[in-house]
Amino acid sequence: MTALANIFWLGTKELRSFLRDYVLLGLVVYSFSLAIIAQAQSSSQELRNAAIAIVDEDGSTLSRRITQAFLPPYFKAPVPIAERDIVPALNAGRYTFVLDIPPRFESDLLGRRPARLQLDVDATAMVQAGLGASYVQQIVADEVAGFVSRAGAAPTPTPVELIARIAFNPNAETGWFTSVMGILNSVTMLAIILAGAAVVRERERGTLEHLLVMPVTPFEIAMAKVWANGLVILVAVGLSLTLVVRGLLHVPISGSIPLFLAGTAAYLFFATSIGLFLGTVARSMPQLGLLYLLIYLPLAMLSGSNTPLESMPPWLATLLQASPTVHFVAFAQAILYRGAGFEAVWTRIVVVSGIGALFVAAAILRFRKATALS
Amino acid sequence: MEPQDLAVARVERLSHRYGRTVALGDVTLAIPGGRLVGLIGPDGVGKSTLLAILAGARRVQAGRVRVLDGDITDARHRAAVCPQIAYMPQGLGRNLYSSLSVRENIDVFGRLFGQERPERDARIAELLAGTGLAPFADRPAGKLSGGMRQKLGLCCSLIHDPDLLILDEPTTGVDPLSRRQFWELIGRIRDRRRAMSVLVATAYMQEAERFDWLVAMNDGRVVATGSPDSLRRRNRAASVEAAFAAMLPPVARPFSQGPADPAPAPAGGRPIITARGLTRRFGDFTAVDRVSFEIMPGEIFGFVGSNGCGKTTTMKVLTGLLPPSEGEALLFGKPVAAGGIEARRRVGYMSQSFSLYGELTVRQNLALHARLFHLPADVRRARVAECIAQFDLARHVDQRAEDLPLGIRQRLALAVAVVHAPELLILDEPTSGVDPRARDRFWELLLDLARRQGVTIFVSTHFMGEAERCDRLALMDSGRVLAIDTPDGLVRSCGAATLEDAFVTHLEKAAASGAGPAPVEAAGDPPRETRQARISAWFSLRRLLACTVREALELARDRIRLAFAVLGSTFLMLVFGFGISTDVNSVAFAALDHDRSHESRAYLEGLRGSRYFVEKAPLSSFGDLERRLARGDIAAAIEIPPGFGRDLARGRPTAVAGWVDGARPFFAQTIRGYLSGVHRLYLSDPRRHSTQAAPYPQAQLDIRFKYNQDFDSIFAMVPAQIALQLALIPAIMMALAVVREKELGSITNLYVTPLTRLEFLLGKQLPYIALAMVNFAFMFLLAQVVFRVPLKGSAAALILGTLIYVTATTAYGMLISTFARTQIAALFGTAILTVLPATMFAGMLVPVSALTGMGRVLGRLFPMSYYLPVSLGTFTKGLGLADLAGSLAILAAFIPILTGAALLMMPRQES
Repeated sequence: MTALANIFWLGTKELRSFLRDYVLLGLVVYSFSLAIIAQAQSSSQELRNAAIAIVDEDGSTLSRRITQAFLPPYFKAPVPIAERDIVPALNAGRYTFVLDIPPRFESDLLGRRPARLQLDVDATAMVQAGLGASYVQQIVADEVAGFVSRAGAAPTPTPVELIARIAFNPNAETGWFTSVMGILNSVTMLAIILAGAAVVRERERGTLEHLLVMPVTPFEIAMAKVWANGLVILVAVGLSLTLVVRGLLHVPISGSIPLFLAGTAAYLFFATSIGLFLGTVARSMPQLGLLYLLIYLPLAMLSGSNTPLESMPPWLATLLQASPTVHFVAFAQAILYRGAGFEAVWTRIVVVSGIGALFVAAAILRFRKATALS
Repeated sequence: MEPQDLAVARVERLSHRYGRTVALGDVTLAIPGGRLVGLIGPDGVGKSTLLAILAGARRVQAGRVRVLDGDITDARHRAAVCPQIAYMPQGLGRNLYSSLSVRENIDVFGRLFGQERPERDARIAELLAGTGLAPFADRPAGKLSGGMRQKLGLCCSLIHDPDLLILDEPTTGVDPLSRRQFWELIGRIRDRRRAMSVLVATAYMQEAERFDWLVAMNDGRVVATGSPDSLRRRNRAASVEAAFAAMLPPVARPFSQGPADPAPAPAGGRPIITARGLTRRFGDFTAVDRVSFEIMPGEIFGFVGSNGCGKTTTMKVLTGLLPPSEGEALLFGKPVAAGGIEARRRVGYMSQSFSLYGELTVRQNLALHARLFHLPADVRRARVAECIAQFDLARHVDQRAEDLPLGIRQRLALAVAVVHAPELLILDEPTSGVDPRARDRFWELLLDLARRQGVTIFVSTHFMGEAERCDRLALMDSGRVLAIDTPDGLVRSCGAATLEDAFVTHLEKAAASGAGPAPVEAAGDPPRETRQARISAWFSLRRLLACTVREALELARDRIRLAFAVLGSTFLMLVFGFGISTDVNSVAFAALDHDRSHESRAYLEGLRGSRYFVEKAPLSSFGDLERRLARGDIAAAIEIPPGFGRDLARGRPTAVAGWVDGARPFFAQTIRGYLSGVHRLYLSDPRRHSTQAAPYPQAQLDIRFKYNQDFDSIFAMVPAQIALQLALIPAIMMALAVVREKELGSITNLYVTPLTRLEFLLGKQLPYIALAMVNFAFMFLLAQVVFRVPLKGSAAALILGTLIYVTATTAYGMLISTFARTQIAALFGTAILTVLPATMFAGMLVPVSALTGMGRVLGRLFPMSYYLPVSLGTFTKGLGLADLAGSLAILAAFIPILTGAALLMMPRQES
């Protein structure tokens, strides 16, 4: 009972300290509002304004039709270039795509002779190269089919059609993905830095010693930091999801937000305890900052919020099953994008809570040791 | 004309303010040369500001200041006279480098003043001998005692034979013997160089008597000047201290219960604290060495000694914050550790830093502590009210602790420590930094607590005046207790006149027994024939290299920073290399085959045979499909309608439905592309056509993925990662290196030595460029060995480009450091200002050719935009020096621009 009271009152002190620390407060507000909006509007994962050049050696109606079919926002206006400029232009990175339409392309096609075009792709532009190549393929196929049927070459209709739909996000809007993933990354980032800074701040000001000579245990001090900083982030996540993501960015959220927040709360035990741990290792704020970069970046980069685990080497994907961040991202995607219910995600939430509990225990042990020897 | 008659400095109508606080208000003063001049007055009256301005470290805001016959606001005059001035800022060794040894520290200063090695060595030997530091030449400055640090600071100041020596509170917090030795040392130096002017600020009024000439300051103004004798006479006072007090306006004293009963503490009872043979070691350093004493109920027991003599450590052991290495510590008759929570309820503790929550108000601070001691609600309210009244805090209850003046904050800290009415109060240097009047008041409160409320008080201090007020004292030095007795008893047993003399006697006795500081000897004249003649004021390679050497030494001794600098980028590249991939492989798919015919199986065969797809257990119903997509079991599903085979055979149009998980749009689009590809392949399959009509005209599009035939993202990602990491870590390290000096205070050396900003910045940059190249080598190896990305193009172009690039990125960090005030701001500022343009505008994820508008402009302004073509070009595109000449030239242009901007933004003086 007294322990709970201590944890509660110490936590209110944490909240007051946080609300007065304008730099951290600003960081939290920024990370859950402007940063989310910026990420939602970034075009880094889609085809936008791709630079394309066309070598038109045919000069036919069809070749002109194809040239005119590359439209914004996917492509910039195609630039006509000569065949000998292809290699230098690609070397200098001036264009990502160069489409070469050979002489007699149209007449070969109408004469039912093999008609081939060539697309050179700068494969060092990873996102655009892959997506763009399939767009170019589709555009060329559509234009050719349209031209052929108009020219009365009497095609047989395609007997089998593929109707491919994208579930949950029919237009494949990147903003839906990046905005929510931005929130998840902000959760990890801020939970670590807030909890870590809370420890280092008390150490630097000497208030930690002061607490330790009072009838307060290190366990209570640590738990107060966990709940107070966790609560700050949980509230920010809830607001960001409803006001920024749903309200401002109009991203539909399929699943239950309370369920997601419950899962986030479980994850926050893990993330804040990492912060506590780093706070006990670092001697000063700059050291905390350096350590933080080395912990946060791998957790976030390897969480599946950027690249799915399937694209990583199998040994790494297996290893990452031990990372609560991976499970956090997985159940967040399931709930928020695919509307999954409790029955679909409870195992992951249990795993997160389990690993989280281990880390809280480890952080508290370390915290007690570190404070005893300071 | 005697040199003494010339004013060494003249100040006219000088004013200085920090925000709204006035530090100096309209000061006019002429300081005579060739004398020992003292600045006296309590803390926070503007002494330090005045000295920093005279030293040229701080910018003049308003007024005229002439030092050594020239205007100090004139940069040329400052450059010309700064080799003749030496300045030792406040805070022991604030301008020293704590990880460097004694010798290395002095050496750095010698280099900054352009001395050559033989001259430096000679001077260092002489100074070390003269100050008694010779036996400690190899000890890091951070591990010196207060007295030794102060001597080291003096050595660093004297290495270039200044004409004007400015010392800001050089003796604060130093034990009386070291203090005495320090004044003897100053005396000897002045004997040797009669023309040298020495300007010293001090908060110890007892020291005021030894100056030739005094400037008494209060509240940003000069209240009197003249010799100690004339000050005493003018105010008809027995001492300068009394004369000073007489000159101050009388203060209102709302709190006054009159002096508490000075009757000695009731003796007897069981001791509250017992220490027996208490020892505490940190590594091979013994902080507390076999300390034994007892504290009886109701007495005020004092610990007296210099900074770093073990007072705080002993107190921490007694409060249970530190376990003792040896010996026994009893609190209320029980071992400290065993007493646990119960014992803590009976103890109040106030640490040196006051340990208040600055963001909480006075009332909140009191209430929080009362709650943590579990006072019942009514008792709590009563105690908080009592404390507010007793410590005279009523006017401040709703102010935040951080906004309170020091003296009031100190009272609040005491109130917080006693809010639970403890039996024992442990106070660790409670009066440090507080002015004498606030100190008197504080002691009245302590006496009141002890005499009226029977609280046992254990207090540490380095002020002799405070020590005299204790019932009993322990004199401490180097972790040992030299003597314990009443103040009178100590004075009498040594046959000394004052407590300070008694302490000195004990210190000397301890020194004689071997462990103390070495005796100080007089030293000969240093070689001083060639000074300044060869030093260029504008640029000197020697000064630049002095910065390089120092930075490298410091970095080598900071493990976390060094590890981050050497291995950080390699580690992050490994993480990012695996963590960012745009490859979509092994897409989990499942089929919902309503038809189950030969034809439907033939269609699915296409997917099963593709290297992009991995099949999972078939789906039973559409509900199953939805569920498994939602759970993330599968990323794609194919639904084949009933009668698919039959329709196909009859040539009737039919459709297959593909479902793709849209949670990750980029991957969804790619998977949709794969499905279409497999579908097209199925359509053009000749086996299928045997049963079909002849093919209609179709165009074949041949896609050639240049530079990367397998279209494997690692070949693009690894060169991009090298570019990113070389932008990030070197910039962060460089920014930290500069801002660290701002935060620690050693930046003062830039302001007051001949070191120029260019030398300072370039000198610090060199080690980080070298480290970045080492990092590059590691990352290159990683690319070859782990990621197997071969270098196809010119190695020379890559290495040259990298060298130019890291010079530019460190210069970028340098620029950021000019407006970051704290290290943590420099760290996060640099990270954000690097990662954002690097990932968004420099071509890493979005090709530069696809950027428009603002993004394009920002990208153009960021060096990585020009290094990425070099890195990608040499690794993946197989390009050579000639192909990349343009990028390299632009990259090189960043160096002078960024460095120039940093130089312009960097202040020459503190504002």
